Amino acid sequence: MTATLAEAPASEAAPPVARPVPVGRVLRFELVKQFSAWRVRLLILLCWLGPAVLVFAIDQQSTLPSDTLFGRWMHATGWAGPLVALGFAGTWALPLLTSVVAGDVFASEDRLGTWRHLIIAIRSHRRIFVAKAVASLTVILLLVTGLAVSSIVGGLLAKGNKPLIGLDGHTLSGGDAAGKVVLAWVCVLAPTLALVAIGLLGSIALGRSPMGLLLPMLVALGMQLAQMLPLPVAVRLALPGYAFISWNGLFTDPQQLRPLLIGIVVALVWAVAATVLAYLLFLRRDFTNLTNDGAGRRVVSLGVLPLVGLLAVTTGVVAATSGAGGSGIAQDKVQQSVATAFAHLYRLQEAQMHRPPVTEAQLQAAASCLKTEGHGAQEGAGNDWRCTVTWHVPGVTLTGTSYYQLDVTANGRYIADGDGPQEVNGYFLIATPGGDVPNPLWQFDGNVDLLPTH
Amino acid sequence: MENAVAVRGLGITKTFGDIVALDQVDLNVARGQIHGLVGPNGAGKTTLLGLLLGLAVADSGSLEILGDPVGRALAAPDGVSGFVDGPGLYPTLTAKQNLAALAGLRPRGARIADIDQVLEEVGLATVADDKVRGFSLGMRQRLGLAAALLTRPKLLVLDEPANGLDPSGKKQVHGVLNRLVADGATVILSSHRMDDLEALCSEVTILATGRVVFSGPLNKLSAEDRELDYRLRTSDPEAARAVARETPGVEVIEGSDAVARGDDVLVVRAQVAALDALVAKVVRADIAVRELAPVVSPLEAAFLALTEQPPELQPEQQAEGQPEQQAEGQPERERQAEQQPELQPEPAHNPEHHPEHNPQEAGR
Repeated sequence: MTATLAEAPASEAAPPVARPVPVGRVLRFELVKQFSAWRVRLLILLCWLGPAVLVFAIDQQSTLPSDTLFGRWMHATGWAGPLVALGFAGTWALPLLTSVVAGDVFASEDRLGTWRHLIIAIRSHRRIFVAKAVASLTVILLLVTGLAVSSIVGGLLAKGNKPLIGLDGHTLSGGDAAGKVVLAWVCVLAPTLALVAIGLLGSIALGRSPMGLLLPMLVALGMQLAQMLPLPVAVRLALPGYAFISWNGLFTDPQQLRPLLIGIVVALVWAVAATVLAYLLFLRRDFTNLTNDGAGRRVVSLGVLPLVGLLAVTTGVVAATSGAGGSGIAQDKVQQSVATAFAHLYRLQEAQMHRPPVTEAQLQAAASCLKTEGHGAQEGAGNDWRCTVTWHVPGVTLTGTSYYQLDVTANGRYIADGDGPQEVNGYFLIATPGGDVPNPLWQFDGNVDLLPTH
Repeated sequence: MENAVAVRGLGITKTFGDIVALDQVDLNVARGQIHGLVGPNGAGKTTLLGLLLGLAVADSGSLEILGDPVGRALAAPDGVSGFVDGPGLYPTLTAKQNLAALAGLRPRGARIADIDQVLEEVGLATVADDKVRGFSLGMRQRLGLAAALLTRPKLLVLDEPANGLDPSGKKQVHGVLNRLVADGATVILSSHRMDDLEALCSEVTILATGRVVFSGPLNKLSAEDRELDYRLRTSDPEAARAVARETPGVEVIEGSDAVARGDDVLVVRAQVAALDALVAKVVRADIAVRELAPVVSPLEAAFLALTEQPPELQPEQQAEGQPEQQAEGQPERERQAEQQPELQPEPAHNPEHHPEHNPQEAGR
């Protein structure tokens, strides 16, 4: 039985469907929500205060984090602190921040059951997506800026604007170091953007599932694990997180810019691709079905498969255009890197000991490096590289010789541990007219350019 | 001249995969009335409300809202507001901030009600600066209503607006809806609470398995010639029982739950005419009638008859809080909130009050 009212003529006027809300207003709405959440406020506080406190506190300790890149120089200059913080940020902080912010920006609406309300109020899926993406990006940028500024301020307050020793042992003036530290932080924005986009994708694809929130963190950990494996250089560079490592190249002379630029471009391509995929998934989501809070099977077809395809394509393109092959850690590169770093640091040591300055040309430093005592292929990562370094001191007929045991990681970074005359590299302190100071030649960090250098 | 019909739907069909949520549904709602939407869980009420709010589009059929045809785009016509599956509120914001954020989403020059005024209307002015995190379900329902009122809607669509409300909150919400309708707006609301619908609605539409089984004035439903069970409380139950047994058309129901709750209560089954005769006889026998009320309201009786509820969905269970959205995946947050007591003080409990005003509870 169906009773209906009397028919009435329909209006002939054009349907006055309400216009979508301007995206600026939606963005403001999203930012209000973001900044009202206690976890975001806490993150802002931690990012703007934490690094300064941490760097300042470490600088007051007698023991330095020498296993961390630039950690051994924290007592020497205020610019080492922000680089230590940058290394930590790339490994832990930035993946975590992107998880908490971008990984939750869509999923929070599922958790709160507010999607329908939002769609009724805003009337445009596209604008909702844009506003949420921009809002999460805004918060991330604020947090990254906080990490950078805070760590720089902490370092400068603790040790001041003093020269920084680069990864090949050359000395950067305070001004040069400042520029490169800021540039390094700017460079890691690219892989951070990629993680933000992956966070958006996870947040949309997986809904209120905790996996959506964890996705950027898991992807970042996966990439770090991959960087520890003996993968071909092309695969390594095609991962969107490579720029978290390749900023190291800014601190050599000449700078190792190609891996850095490739890392940035790849990260930006991933950022765009993951954002587009997230957008497509979002537009296709059925908000009328409450039991469906994610993308279901589309996660595979519009999420996983395209990104796997992207990895394959970028690997191929990187391999074809950069000439990268194998591990990238060849014997001649290791020798060249160790000899260069030794020469630079030897001059630093001479200056600390107030000896007459020598030039690198006069030193003629050379390194002869063998892996596994010359057995097997002389290339690749490992802690079984041993180098014999020789040099000449003007006016002295004997050739100086010392040894280094190298622990080379798969991403090209190494720690050289000295074994030679006590007054050169055999002891961790050297005697100077002002007292004992850390010996720059005893242990040093270096970096092998994984791409062909000529 | 403004169209007299607020909503006109014809042959509306909506499917989700293999599931037919709405099947050839016709719906006509006149302007300036409160129209109730009733149906068992999964009947398609939320889907239909979602179509009205622009959350989904019908697969087939035509729908006109406020005189304008609804197209294929997912967008509600201007002047339509409301919520389905509970109000969407942000717990980290205060009540006022929630409304201010919503007001900020309105296009420039759009009509926006005063935030303080709508909070006052729904009785939340005193907690305007409190975070919504601490609100009970009833308070959130009222804030959701305030959010809907903010846009000064011509058509207000509400899904279970009385969910979680205490009696004073319910009274406040009823007052708001009645004032809105008096000002010319139209309200469409779904509810499992028959007492709400009977108190508010002039017309109802009953849905069952996606189809309309009744649509029309409430009094037409009530006037159906159907025997109903009535609770009769008198000064002399035994004498009243004897009179009832002698009255043609009246059947005394023994062992009813309603009887078990009071020695002086008698439950009789009769049509209205026979009931009238019984009352006259009881009074003539010098027996005082202290209470006469249907055990199950006419609307509920019609609802049960028309929707052919299976035994496991009898009113006892419905009254104990199984709203539709739970069956469709209600968020955990809301389920928890339903168990949270209303923060406002409860009025003094009157055990005789609820059975009269909430027939569902009477059936427990």
